[in-house]
Amino acid sequence: MDVITAVLSILAMACVFGIVLGYAAVRFKVEGNPVVDQIDAILPQTQCGQCGYPGCHPYAEAIANDHEAINRCPPGGEATIHELADLLGVEPIPLDAEHGEEKNLPTVAYIREDECIGCTKCIQACPVDAILGAAKLMHTVIVDECTGCDLCVDPCPVDCIDMIQIPVNQQTWNWQRPAGIGQVNGELIPVRNIP
Amino acid sequence: MSRRIWSFPGGIHPEENKKQSKGTPIRSIVLPERLILSLQQHIGRPATPVVSLGETVLKGQIVAEANGFISAHIHAPTSGTVTDIAKHPVQHPSGIESLCIVIEPDGKDEWIAHEGINDYTLVEPDILLNKIRSAGIIGMGGAGFPTSVKLSPLADNRIETLILNAVECEPYITADDLLMQEKAHDIITGLLIMAQILKPENILVGIEDNKPEAIHAMTQAAQNTPVEIVVVPTKYPSGGEKQLIYMLTGKEVPSGALPASMGVVNQNTGTAYAVCRAIVHGEPLISRITTLTGEAFDKKGNVEVLMGTPINHLLEEGSADIDNINRLIMGGPMMGFAISNIDVPVVKTTNCILASSKDELPLPEVENPCIRCGDCAKVCPVQLLPQQMFFYAKAQEFDKTKQYHIMDCIECGACSYVCPSNIPLVQYYRFAKGNIRRQAIETSQADKSRERFENHKERLEKEAALKEAKRKARTEAAAKKKAAKAALSTSSTSGSAENETSTSNEQADETKLLILKTAAATASKKFVEAKKSLAMAEKNGADNIDTLKEKIAQLEEKANKAKDILIAALAAKKSEANQTPAMSSEPLVKENEEAEIKINQLREESVQAGSALKSAKKALLAAKSSDTTNEDQVKTLQETAANAKGKVDTIKAALREAIKEQKALLGSGDESAPVTNASIEATEATEATEATEATTKNKTEDGQ
Repeated sequence: MDVITAVLSILAMACVFGIVLGYAAVRFKVEGNPVVDQIDAILPQTQCGQCGYPGCHPYAEAIANDHEAINRCPPGGEATIHELADLLGVEPIPLDAEHGEEKNLPTVAYIREDECIGCTKCIQACPVDAILGAAKLMHTVIVDECTGCDLCVDPCPVDCIDMIQIPVNQQTWNWQRPAGIGQVNGELIPVRNIP
Repeated sequence: MSRRIWSFPGGIHPEENKKQSKGTPIRSIVLPERLILSLQQHIGRPATPVVSLGETVLKGQIVAEANGFISAHIHAPTSGTVTDIAKHPVQHPSGIESLCIVIEPDGKDEWIAHEGINDYTLVEPDILLNKIRSAGIIGMGGAGFPTSVKLSPLADNRIETLILNAVECEPYITADDLLMQEKAHDIITGLLIMAQILKPENILVGIEDNKPEAIHAMTQAAQNTPVEIVVVPTKYPSGGEKQLIYMLTGKEVPSGALPASMGVVNQNTGTAYAVCRAIVHGEPLISRITTLTGEAFDKKGNVEVLMGTPINHLLEEGSADIDNINRLIMGGPMMGFAISNIDVPVVKTTNCILASSKDELPLPEVENPCIRCGDCAKVCPVQLLPQQMFFYAKAQEFDKTKQYHIMDCIECGACSYVCPSNIPLVQYYRFAKGNIRRQAIETSQADKSRERFENHKERLEKEAALKEAKRKARTEAAAKKKAAKAALSTSSTSGSAENETSTSNEQADETKLLILKTAAATASKKFVEAKKSLAMAEKNGADNIDTLKEKIAQLEEKANKAKDILIAALAAKKSEANQTPAMSSEPLVKENEEAEIKINQLREESVQAGSALKSAKKALLAAKSSDTTNEDQVKTLQETAANAKGKVDTIKAALREAIKEQKALLGSGDESAPVTNASIEATEATEATEATEATTKNKTEDGQ
């Protein structure tokens, strides 16, 4: 008798939990693959295509769904690889040199306006619509929107696009990391607690 | 009345070193050869120059206008000529140059027209606020936040307390101390002007107890006013905004919030003085009190210095021994920064120039490993965990440092001060904070790029769809044109009054049928001709009978095939027409077409049957005429001829029936039906004559 009661009560509980879980699965259904969005949030969004995918989101999808390597993003560099490794629970691997090298300083496209012939090829190449211009009229780059992806450089028939480094200004400057143990930091003002 | 003083946690008591500069009154100095006005003297966006090169400016004239809400005007500190607007080394720890306006004084010190307000109590707060803004006043304690912004808090932040920060807790600096001693009345006036704007319940002045002269002067000046002087115990960093608010009110400003959200506004002594000058005298902020101190200075003390005065001029003024300067510091030793270029100008926030000798501030000692003594945590005024933040900052794990609230660090340097391992903790924190800020900017930029990329993709897709639609429309139009052309040509060649079908498909079918029909007709014609030639050859007894026979067989096959195809095509068309009656705009036309097809088919059959009959008759005639053929052969031939005749008759009857039907369908208006009818009758007639001829021939032959 006890055995039957036990079995019945277990069954009843299983039914209840099943219904609750089933309802929860419908009610709290997650649209899309959240991992893709998380990966996409880590990627630098330069949309440069150096990874071999047409943009950051497709690469994020490839990482999430096809186990693509996480070391194919040169603009993100080591920092992005570490973040991706943390997120996906894998070992960080060095950047794949095949896809390009990490830039030390951010760059921005600059059109030598005297030489521009107004062919609109760079406008078509720009993934973020950061180049302004019309056919047979001079083009120019919206610096704030340029991601420095280099994609406009190759299509230019007169090679009038330069990638220039953004100079550090007072707003973007940052303190250096101190040299570490055993080193003296000359920039510091030593205020000593003299007893 | 004594007020309760709260004591904030942590803090240190560094050597004050204030006596050096305290002894002498505020001096004024000679005009420098040139004044270098940095456009970025405040927090916010740099001001925009409004003067041109070579322009003569008067003292107090605006040379650069505020760019946006959080920004401030910059005025000419004296009359002179604008000699340069270019990049110049400025007060920044990075040493990065920024845009400056250089003015060469003409020595006349000629003021622009300006007017003060005699009784500010009668003036609307908005006007006062505007005056403060146009005077370019910013917080002169160090951060340089525009005062007018601070004085216009959000509507839902009711300001209860206005605090004047006269603590000056940083070692060496005595600028506020001296200012209070000499200009206490003006400071109180400035404070009351700000109180009129904010309308607080309490107006407090917080002064450290190491400035007895200042306390005395301020108490005197504050008599018969609502201002309350509160003396606080000396402890570094009690001059921190949040620390002072806690000491005076017991209110803790939450992480990331502004004091205004707690109903408190904090202003600096120098700012209050500047407000008084701006409102009462109408003078913009063009000069400030700066402490010249440090072993290297011979004449230490406080000076009233014009904005833009180069440091080297101040060094000359203080008779500094430049060779003895080990370290030139702008600001105090705790929170200031070393400057490497003595051409850097004084800005609105420069409260101290510390030219220290080697003995005074030696080079920092070698950094040693953290021994986890915990002294740093004990002295932290914000109660953070400096050790943890240090480990994570060193390992560049900025997310972790953020979790330990590194952004609440006020960079007071108390932790570095007590560290027995000489670890430059504050610099690690600054490094981490800078990276966190940079990452935040990068994230927001990435979000923007992502949005733009998605918009770009969407736009491309739309364009492609539009192109595809246009292309489709074009091909359709071209097909229609082609079909119309084809239909026109067929109708002209056939000459028949067949109803033109509306759709191109049907037209195409029609042309196909026409081709098939002609093919079948030619095939059968060839076949008949070949047969004829065979008969001729047989008659003449030619040799090539066998080849001819073969040819005939081939031709017959071909003709049959063509007929089959034609019939199949007709049937397909018929079934199609049956299946899609709705396709046609006029069902009558459809039925008419069907009838026509049927008639044509029947006609074809009748023609075939007729020819078969003819050949049978001919064969019969030939057999009869020749002598070799026997009776049996003649009999069978006669039978086939009779069969053929019967067939022809039935087909003709069916044809007539069909024509009648079509006639009935179309009514009397149809013209093609009678024609068909007539043609049938004509063929009948010719056949009949042939038949009679044959029979008569037979008869005559029989008779022979």
